[in-house]
Amino acid sequence: MKMSPENTRRTLFTLILIGVALPLIFKLGLPIESSENVQMVYDLVNGQPEGSHILLSFDYDPASKPELHPMAYAVARNALERKYKIVCTALWPMGASLCADTFKRLKEEMPGIEDGVDYVNLGFKAGGIVTIQKMGSDIRDVYPADMSGTPIGELPIMDGIRNLTDFAFVYSFSAGAPGIKEWVMVAHDKNKVITTGGATAVSAPAILPYINEQKQLHGLLGGLKAAAEYEKLSGHIDIATSGMDAQSIAHLIIILFIAVGNIQYHLIRKRKRGE
Amino acid sequence: MVHFMNWLGLWIGALLTFGIYSFLYKDNPFYKVAEQIFVGLSAGYWFVYTIYFILIPNLFNKLSADFGAHWLLIVPGILGILMLTQLVPKVAWLSRYPIALMIGTTAGISFMRYMKSDVLSQITATMINPFNGSAVEIVGQLLLVVGTICGVIYFFFSKKHEGAFGVGAKVGIYFLMVSFGAAFGYTAMARISLLIGRLQFLLFEWAPNILP
Repeated sequence: MKMSPENTRRTLFTLILIGVALPLIFKLGLPIESSENVQMVYDLVNGQPEGSHILLSFDYDPASKPELHPMAYAVARNALERKYKIVCTALWPMGASLCADTFKRLKEEMPGIEDGVDYVNLGFKAGGIVTIQKMGSDIRDVYPADMSGTPIGELPIMDGIRNLTDFAFVYSFSAGAPGIKEWVMVAHDKNKVITTGGATAVSAPAILPYINEQKQLHGLLGGLKAAAEYEKLSGHIDIATSGMDAQSIAHLIIILFIAVGNIQYHLIRKRKRGE
Repeated sequence: MVHFMNWLGLWIGALLTFGIYSFLYKDNPFYKVAEQIFVGLSAGYWFVYTIYFILIPNLFNKLSADFGAHWLLIVPGILGILMLTQLVPKVAWLSRYPIALMIGTTAGISFMRYMKSDVLSQITATMINPFNGSAVEIVGQLLLVVGTICGVIYFFFSKKHEGAFGVGAKVGIYFLMVSFGAAFGYTAMARISLLIGRLQFLLFEWAPNILP
């Protein structure tokens, strides 16, 4: 029986849908191993003294939420447990709202944390790389107030913070440009601040070369899988891990279809040669 | 009211998700509606956001609060207005000034940063002793050095790819193919992650609200 290309395509999509939906409903509990890049990020996040200031930049929008939001929860929760002071910024307009959403949920989990004391959302600022450069010299000039309008001088969390060099490290949740690359270029390469981050899986291959001997980037969480690895390392199994079974099954289906497609291609070529 | 708005949000989210994914069967009006709502909402959101979160706090509020201290902001304000002259063909040439300024400053800033981060630091990172470390590290370092050199050879077009040079270019192609494969793998993972995100919404947020 010969299937039309249209129906072949639809069959593949249906199988992927089933392959993703079923493991979400019926958990398989497939093992998750942490990679070196995720371990580097985890060690960095857990290797700072209590009370250290860290900067988390929410450089994504809802289109990348399924991949980057689980990372944001995992990293921010881990940092709050370590009693760090978290300063949040956003190079993407919707990033500020996604940051607010992250801390709203974390506040439900950890009622003791206080806005302006343990964390602050400085909001979005346009300008990309220029904004980061300015933060390298004076963060108060870029953000005179936090997102709710409180002047930066009245925020206890900002005591002693003048510029990027006052942070233990910078972490960018990045869906593209401006994002992690711009932070590497300015925060690390210009201001010598340790820079790390998480990126969507699509953009991860372009970011990976920055993890090198020069330590331009200190580890990387690439996509949902890396978020699940981070959840496992930090001991908080959450939404990223729950999607990993589905991810593995979908990949198996894709690999299977690639193999079947190649075998079919070679068989057709062989038949044509024979003719 | 809050409960109703949540309920409405869930239904709109679910219907738009179904609308977008219906394209996988074939192009249809539900997909078109969902697509155009997305485009319209994005443009509207950007427009309102730019006015309320960029122009008002960074320009209008500063000028009205203390004009003497911020009078220089008139310059970017005027340049911004000149951008809008694109809409009037007779004076559209005026928009070339802010565009020229933007291109010039962007090129200037980017040249220095890219030169440092993408050229100098990346080249320095490959200038390593490949035979330092464990056996696995040595293999990795050799692959890094050989892959970088052969990859660059492939993109050198001023000499014909033949002889030893051609072998280098051929090896470079294999390294490029591996990197394309990795990029494809990551892309597939990203797309599946987006599907997982939507299905998690449909199964665990929307479905419990419609089931008795």
